[in-house]
Amino acid sequence: MNPDTGRSSGPADPLSTTELRQETMVINMGPQHPSTHGVLRLLLELDGETVVTCKPIVGYLHTGIEKNCEYRTWQQGVTFVTRADYLAPFHNELAYCLAVERMLGIEVPPRAQVLRVLFSEMNRIASHLVWLATAGMELGAVSIMLFGFREREMLLDIFEMATGLRMNHAYIRIGGVIMDLPPGAIEMIEGLLDVVPGRIHEYESLLARNPIWVERNAGVGILSAGDAIALGVTGPTLRAAGVPKDVRKDEPYSGYGSYEFDAVTRDTADCYARFEIRLEEMRQSLGIIEQCLDRLREPGPVMVEDPKVRWPAQLEVGPDGIGNSTAYVTHIMEESMEALIHHFKMVTEGVKVPDGEVYQPVESPRGELGMYVVSDGEHRPYRVKIRDPSFANLQAVPTMVEGGLLADAVAVIASVDPVLGGVDR
Amino acid sequence: MSSSELAARMRERLPDTVVARDEVTSVVAREDLIGTLAGLRDDPALAFDLLASITATDWPERSPRFWVSYELYSTAHRHRVRLKVGLSEDDARVPSVTSLYPTADWHERETYDFFGITFEGHPDLSRILLPDDWDGHPLRKTEELGGVNTRFKGAFVPPVDRRTT
Amino acid sequence: MPVERLEGFQAGKGSDDAGEDVKRGLLLTSLDRASSWARKQSMWPATFGLACCAIEMMATGAGDYDLSRWGMELFRASPRQADLMIVAGRVSQKMAPALRQIYDQMPEPKWVISMGVCASAGGMFTNYAVVQGVDTIVPVDVYVPGCPPKPEMLMFAILKLQEKVRTEGRFR
Repeated sequence: MNPDTGRSSGPADPLSTTELRQETMVINMGPQHPSTHGVLRLLLELDGETVVTCKPIVGYLHTGIEKNCEYRTWQQGVTFVTRADYLAPFHNELAYCLAVERMLGIEVPPRAQVLRVLFSEMNRIASHLVWLATAGMELGAVSIMLFGFREREMLLDIFEMATGLRMNHAYIRIGGVIMDLPPGAIEMIEGLLDVVPGRIHEYESLLARNPIWVERNAGVGILSAGDAIALGVTGPTLRAAGVPKDVRKDEPYSGYGSYEFDAVTRDTADCYARFEIRLEEMRQSLGIIEQCLDRLREPGPVMVEDPKVRWPAQLEVGPDGIGNSTAYVTHIMEESMEALIHHFKMVTEGVKVPDGEVYQPVESPRGELGMYVVSDGEHRPYRVKIRDPSFANLQAVPTMVEGGLLADAVAVIASVDPVLGGVDR
Repeated sequence: MSSSELAARMRERLPDTVVARDEVTSVVAREDLIGTLAGLRDDPALAFDLLASITATDWPERSPRFWVSYELYSTAHRHRVRLKVGLSEDDARVPSVTSLYPTADWHERETYDFFGITFEGHPDLSRILLPDDWDGHPLRKTEELGGVNTRFKGAFVPPVDRRTT
Repeated sequence: MPVERLEGFQAGKGSDDAGEDVKRGLLLTSLDRASSWARKQSMWPATFGLACCAIEMMATGAGDYDLSRWGMELFRASPRQADLMIVAGRVSQKMAPALRQIYDQMPEPKWVISMGVCASAGGMFTNYAVVQGVDTIVPVDVYVPGCPPKPEMLMFAILKLQEKVRTEGRFR
């Protein structure tokens, strides 16, 4: 970075030829734009095709999730938090539930932990597929858009079968997960393991040595390790610079310490490295899913037993999504008054969490997703702060874009993979 | 470094350090914030080089009212620490740490946007998530949730914070 | 042509003018039907994906649930070339002026589908930050509930909109 101007210098520092330079042009990219990955607005000052300064303006998707959580019970917080980073809903839920469980001091059953890991890794693959689809489309490889969403449909079918919803599931809840896998799900996931590796290989063969793809991505958007850490960047963008930071390895949660996988790094720190990392991460996730399926052979509970914490009902996927199972409805309506009262109390008031604060990081597909939860001993959260990886990663975009060409700005943003729902919350 | 060792190290600089749920939290005074953070970053045994998050919590019945918290992480040693600064309501100012951690830029803007805490020395302290002409700081406990009544099956249901039932 | 005159019906017009009206009505009905058919078959949506519903909208346009079966595979980035705006996702207060601006930039005839409960009514976010229904900003033709709505639901909404366009009749 140039210490005088604070800008990263590209191949020819545009400010050096001041006599010949004409006035720069300030243009606005977004918030409605096909290539900005959501409602991101970039204020670009251009000198011809070269970007002189770049200022990202966010907030066009601000939803007030954090304030809304303070007025809802702890269990309802899951449905709010899951819509922050909407491409990785399981990771949002997992971070929140792990934070609350740490505050409660409870340990979820092992089968629930395996299911959490299983769905998180499938979500990672789904999120990387969306990244591949949109990044390809933004850089002109339109057929990748259709391929990425084709694989994603397979994953979404499994999500729908297990949780009732394709996105924003509210499946991981305080105390475990809400339902066990339905019959047939394991076979579907095994089918996935048969098909997806070949498809990833297909994408690699389409793009990895494609001269246009390499030309647009290699050497573009370089962010060195020191810059990245100073700017708070985490995830594939940081690992592309050679720093092996992966929360699953460094601070294992939900049993990740017992799985065999690698934290993928490269050292060229450009967009192409991030592309390679994400493809490799998809393969690593498939390996973890296979290990999860082995561990799911033994049955077990998926929610803690403690009646003061567990969600009272047994749910099942019905024609209109998740609902109470008929056996449970019979139990509370006809058999046991106590169970009805208990159900009522748990649903309306919910868990009471002792006071304190916890910061729980997880590794979402974009980087370190942290949930900072503060409680004052009540039935409602006192403060929920979502530390979203894209919020920090977008701060690094000016460093990567300034001095480069306008077309590279699109490639850089695509490689950072921001999800504006998480940035703006 | 384990949390007890880390807590011992932190106590050398900041006596008000607690360990709870395997996390180390230290309270630091506003005047010592920059010096302490610089020390934590440059000490090779601690090496807190990544500032993960800055946020604030509003405790209107307590004094001080606002508690700004800084989450720090060390990529070399893989440990975390939280620093907290207490600010009173009429003097909600704290020095900006953007000179030490450039990532603090947007985090401080967001905290200003939500709580109205001024970060002195910040290059551009303006609203980031809310519209530029917004009035008020919504995440303060004294502010309402907002929203309108929802019409549902013949009744008007008020937003969550105004419901009596 | 002798026309039976009803009380108050087309008062002030002579019988010849009434005949002209009927002839023009016949011509315009056919023109209406042809133009409505053409319009509904080739609606081009403007990209207005905001949040989670945008991903479902993209999935609806992708291979598995193919929107190009109804002429919509082309999501035009420029609102000047689009005639349908699918507001997919929660509209924050900061985004609302941009939404209205995009709507104003679209040429007539234009339609709006409000996709998802957040766009239709504010969704689960009854708070300061989200516009409680985009029909406070733009006139909406079809509302699609769901959080997010499945691609089949969006397709049903598009078919409903096509039905509405077909029976609309803009020339008379």
